[in-house]
Amino acid sequence: MENLNLFIRSIFIDNMIFAYFLGMCSYLAVSKNVKTAFGLGVAVTFVLLIALPVCWCINEYLLVPGAMSWLGEEYASTDISFLGLIMFIAVIAALVQILEMVIEKYTPALYNSLGIFLPLIAVNCAILGAVLFMQQREFSNAWTATVYGAGSGIGWLLAITCLAAIRERLDNSKIPAPLRGVGITFIITGLMGIAFMSFLGIKL
Amino acid sequence: MNWKKSFIPFVNPLSKDNPVIVQILGICSALAVTAKMEPAVVMTISVTAVLAFANVIISLMRKTIPSSIRIIVQLVVVAALVVIVDQVLKAYTYDVSKALSVFIGLIITNCIIMGRLEAFALNNRPWPAFLDGVGNGLGYGLILIITSFFRELFGSGTLFGCQVFPDWWYEAGYMNNGLMILPPMALIVVACIIWAHRSVNKDLQEK
Repeated sequence: MENLNLFIRSIFIDNMIFAYFLGMCSYLAVSKNVKTAFGLGVAVTFVLLIALPVCWCINEYLLVPGAMSWLGEEYASTDISFLGLIMFIAVIAALVQILEMVIEKYTPALYNSLGIFLPLIAVNCAILGAVLFMQQREFSNAWTATVYGAGSGIGWLLAITCLAAIRERLDNSKIPAPLRGVGITFIITGLMGIAFMSFLGIKL
Repeated sequence: MNWKKSFIPFVNPLSKDNPVIVQILGICSALAVTAKMEPAVVMTISVTAVLAFANVIISLMRKTIPSSIRIIVQLVVVAALVVIVDQVLKAYTYDVSKALSVFIGLIITNCIIMGRLEAFALNNRPWPAFLDGVGNGLGYGLILIITSFFRELFGSGTLFGCQVFPDWWYEAGYMNNGLMILPPMALIVVACIIWAHRSVNKDLQEK
């Protein structure tokens, strides 16, 4: 029940895009058509789904003060939490590299359409952001972290697919010249964010 | 090399080639920390420092980094610098560091930094790279500060935490616009900045 609540919250209320603006760069750049946007969304969800439990274990068994006591008595007071950022980014970069190879092998079409944004998932703030939020909220076990990762990923997928669908329609409308492209996309995202705010306060 | 030419990498990013509103990089943090002016200023300083030093370090190493592993080298350099900034902020301005929460860590994945390292530092000497870093950091900060100015002014009626509007305004029925504090308005404020900027610089408009 707790986990279901967290899942729904991370999709709709604490949405990565609308509440924290994480992963905006690829969100703005890859949202020109629905198919590519959906593909990137799935890739991000997948990386989040794996990165969160892995990083949770690293945090729990290596980083927090006293976490290394399983190595023996003399490590009981070691505190290497300042190394957190470097370790997390290394894990994420490695995962993305693997994912890139898998996608290239099995779905070359998707690989070509994602282009440069596939390796850039490594520096997609949504992923490092979710890992840091996980660390900050001190989830009690790896399963909760996985649920949070899945929720955040699906929230991001939902946001980018919606935006891509709207932008496809937008091609036919008359927009003031200075607003075309980026400007109108920002405003649409803002309006979608206001719409998503109506989910505030939902509790299961 | 004449004096004026050497400052091009410094001046360009302030308006014509602004990282946020023209290159569309580093949007995430630009939007998330702009509800108040103080975190926006601290964020500007942090990003500028990380960007300038990362640019210099990568520029010094540019001939020795094999291009196949350059991304990971860049990430490690940036992450190390961010760890330093994070520790300094925690030590001296704990409140601001709490307010910025995860966004200091997220400087690592700030696209401006990776973008500038890839596009500039890898092909240029350390001194222009340093200027480029400072210029882009300030260009980013400019947008942050303009956005947070409007958001804090209309959202909470304060600037840097000091009240701006006199009390009799409130007695006469003026109200703070609570919507400005909420996340979606940041996007709309930035969109307005882009709108204004592109109406002046016609060559940036998309067809």
